[in-house]
Formats: sequence, structure tokens, C-alpha cells
Amino acid sequence: MVAVYVIIGIVVVLAIILWVLYNGLVRLRNQVKNAWAQIDVQLKRRYDLIPNLVETAKGYMKHERETLEAVTNARNLAQQQSSAGAGQRAKAEGELSSALSRLLAVVENYPDLKANQNFLALQEELTSTENKISFSRQFYNDSVLRYNNQTQMVPSNIVAGMFKFKASEFFEVTLAAEREAPKVSFT
Amino acid sequence: MWEQIRSNQIRSVVLTIGMGALLILIGYFLGAAFDNAVAGLVIAILVWVILSLIGYFQGDSILLSMSRAKKIKRDDHPRLYNVVEEMKIASGLEKMPDIYIIDDPALNAFATGRDPSRASVAITSGLLQKLNRDELQGVIAHEISHVKNRDVLLMSMCSILLGTIVILAWYGSRIMIFGSMTGSRRSSSSGGGGQGQAIILIISLVFMILAPIMAQLIYFAISRKREYLADASAALYTRYPEGLASALEKLGASTGQLKSANKATAPMYIINPFRKKGMRASDLTSTHPPISERIRILRAMAGASFGDYDQAYSEVHGGKGVIPAASLAAATVPITTTKLEGEAGEPNEIQRARETSDVMYRLNNYNTINCDCGAKLRVPPKFKQPTIKCPHCGRIHQV
Repeated sequence: MVAVYVIIGIVVVLAIILWVLYNGLVRLRNQVKNAWAQIDVQLKRRYDLIPNLVETAKGYMKHERETLEAVTNARNLAQQQSSAGAGQRAKAEGELSSALSRLLAVVENYPDLKANQNFLALQEELTSTENKISFSRQFYNDSVLRYNNQTQMVPSNIVAGMFKFKASEFFEVTLAAEREAPKVSFT
Repeated sequence: MWEQIRSNQIRSVVLTIGMGALLILIGYFLGAAFDNAVAGLVIAILVWVILSLIGYFQGDSILLSMSRAKKIKRDDHPRLYNVVEEMKIASGLEKMPDIYIIDDPALNAFATGRDPSRASVAITSGLLQKLNRDELQGVIAHEISHVKNRDVLLMSMCSILLGTIVILAWYGSRIMIFGSMTGSRRSSSSGGGGQGQAIILIISLVFMILAPIMAQLIYFAISRKREYLADASAALYTRYPEGLASALEKLGASTGQLKSANKATAPMYIINPFRKKGMRASDLTSTHPPISERIRILRAMAGASFGDYDQAYSEVHGGKGVIPAASLAAATVPITTTKLEGEAGEPNEIQRARETSDVMYRLNNYNTINCDCGAKLRVPPKFKQPTIKCPHCGRIHQV
């Protein structure tokens, strides 16, 4: 009789451990999903802002056609890649970021444009969206790190294997051009 | 890495329980002095429960209305709204906190809200015009960390506990002194009980004097600890400790006192609002660690992770670190050195001051008319005339 109770006890304890580990994994996986959705929101916001910015800047920046075109092209390319995986998408978005920072750097040479209220508001939005993209990427990568750690570490890796929790991909910007963000001297 | 900071809360909980024990003891002695220990206990707990319930459900709105904070929308101040949203994303908070501005030239900020889904951050207009974008980000990150680490709930519950102890001790000691002077209350003690009664009375009186001081010390210990933790989290969220360090430098150099703060709400603010007039903020330490030390720690950080903060803390402060071992994940987190945004669009201090005063006038329902001569007319809400004359050039404007 005692043996039966012991066995029941062990089974119950195991079930509780399984339950806790499984829920933990699900929570982390959902967090990764949410974080990814958050990046998506910000990237879409950037696609929407760029045509306005280019349109406003065009009137003032007669001699910067190439810079403006580069931004527009990079935006269109990035939008096309938006259904691709994290790695490929990060590359396209990295191109767009560096094209944008080149544009914002040459704005310095156009005092009239810098005085335009509409442009200033757009620039604030764009600056903030760039920040939000990097912060959401930061949070996404942290979430992926924790989730991947959980799927690989004992004992939760057993549960992860049983219920097919797959490791997620990091959103890394591997583009050389972004890593060395253009340094502009205002001398 | 993020939630593990919770393990540190065990320490805070132990300290809070210590304060709770103080409350129970004070209730007991207060009752014992009047021949009924249980009644004293019940009264003490009753007062605490009522105050806690009020604090839990109404604390944030009481605090915000007491500090005369005004809620803003996105269009009122896009930059502030954006910075808060950035930090909301970086910290992984589920819901966008409400944003308030306090119309006060003093430099300060606080966060409130009993849980992360009901949070608010408030900032004084003085601070808003003083800080550039990176510094503002650091300050907001610090406040969001308080929300994320659940400091707001812990600190308000602790301050209510402290308040209850102080109130009970104050009234208790006065009643006892007054009661023993008139002497008539003691008639109920029968025969040999007189001497024991006197001893209890003396112990109670000593305890009444010591309890508030002890509670205050515990309270300060909890509060200081949470400040360091919030600084560490802010560095981690922004990946840029220098932003907060430079903001704290500006805060520390200021001498203005916040008019609407009081002792109960002091630990909510980013720096202690009670500095003696003319004294620099870094001179006085109570609920907050010295500002100069906080700046030195932030500047000594080699990376932006909790581990880096912990190491910097040991270097500056000496002794062992401030972050619990469980949250020291091995991952290295680099500090952002190149900021992507064009600093070109960053408004300077004069522009920020104009922008902030525009927001404050608008929030107070002033009507702003831009005259062609360049003057800005601020029409107060009580102004009833249909037209107004520009005092600068004499043009007539419709209101």
C-alpha cells in the first residue's frame, strides 16, 4: 500500500515539474513571438515614414538625388524582403539604416531644410523609429537568448525535445556598413 | 536576465517583514500600556490595512494629483512620448505608461502605478527642458525600471507601513505621557500588578521612541538598494550608461526644491527632492545614494550588463556588489558608442525651453496666437473679450 502511494507521489511530482517546465517554455516562446511582432511594427512604420521624408527633402536637396534615390531603393528592397527570415531581413534593413544615416548626415548642409517644421517633425519620428527598431531588436535578441538557453539546458531541454520547441534565430545586423556608422565631422 | 532581478526582492521582502514586525510590536506595547495588548494589536493592524488599501487602489492618483501633474498626449510633446515608448519597448513592458508633466522648474522625475500594466511616469518641466535626448532616455529608463522591477508597489507599501508606525508611535507616546501625568488611568491595576505595569509602561515608551527611527532606517536601506538596481537596469535598457550619468550630473548640480513633494513620496523620485536650500543635491543622502557615487559607478562601467554594473559598484563603493548573483548572466553586453540618429535635429536648450513652455501653456488651456510681428500672445482661459491687441505691434487679433 505504501509503495503505491510513493509511486503516485512520484508521478504527481514529475507531472508538476513537466507542467512548470512546459509552461515556462511556452511563455518564453510567446515572448519571442511578441518581440518579433514589435520589430515588425517599427519596421513598417519606417517604410511609411520614408516616402514623406524623401518628398519633403527633395525640394531642398537638389544636389543629393543619388542619396535620396539610395534611400528609396533600399526601402523598397527592404519591404520586398519583409516576409523573409530573420537573417535575410536583417541584411536588407541594415542597408536601409545606413542609407538613412547618410541622408541625415548630408541634411547638415541644408540650413533651409533644417528650419522646416515639417521636416523637423519627420526627423524626430524617424530618429525615434530608428531607436525603437534597435531597442525592439535588442529585446528580441535577449528573448531569443533566454528561450534558446531554456531549450538547450537540462532539464528543460528534455521537455523541449518532447514537444518540439525549436531554437529561434537571432536578429543580427551583420552588415559592415552599419557597424561602422558613418562619422561626420562638422568642421 | 531580466526577471531574475526578482531574486533580490527576497532581501527586500525580509526587510519589509522586519518593518511589519515592528508594527505588530508597537501595537502590542501600545495596547499593553493600556492593559489590553490584543486591542492595541488589532488597532495597529486595522490602521495599517485601511491605509494600505487606500494606497494600493488610489495611491497613484493621489500622488499624481498631489504633485499637480498634468497628463500629456502624443501630440503635446512628441519627443518625450517617443522616448517613453522607446524605453517601454526596450524593457519589454506590455502597456504604454501614462506620461505626466509637473509644472515646476525644479529637476526631478518619478514613476508610479501598482503594477506594470497601470504605470505612469512624471517629469518636471524644468527637467524636460534641461536634458537632451540621450539624458532624457536615461532618466526615463530609470523610471521604467522602477515599474518593471515592481519597486513602485514595494516602496509605496513600505512607506505606508512606515507612516503607520510613525503615526501610532506619535499618538501612542503622547497619550501615554499625558495619561501618566494625570495618573487617573492607572486605577484599574489591582494590588501587586503596579510595579509590572510601570515596567511595561517604560518599555513601551522607549519602544515608541525607537520604533519610528528603526523603521526609517530599514526603509532607507530598501530604498537605496532599489535605486542602484534601477540605475543598473537603465544602463542595460539604453545600452548607454553615460546618458543617465550625464543627466544625474545636471540633476546633482541643481539646487531647486520640488514644491509639491513630501516625505512620504520622496523615494519615488529619481533624486531626493528634500535637499536643504542652497545645498547641492549630492550633499544630502537618505532615501537615495549619493548622486556623485551613482555617476561614478555608471561611468566606470565597462559594458552595459548587470555584471558590469556590479563590478563598477565594487570598484567605486568597495566591498561586494549590489546585484544578486542569480541575475549576473555571463552574456557580455556592449555599450552603444555610435548613435545612429542625426544629432543634427536635436533642439538646443533654448528651443527646448520654448517647446516646454508651449506645452505647459497648452495644458493649462491657454490659447496661443502667433502675431505677424513675431510675438506670441498667450490668452488665458478666463479672457472673455472677442478680440485682443498685440502689445508689441498693435495688431488686432480674433480670440
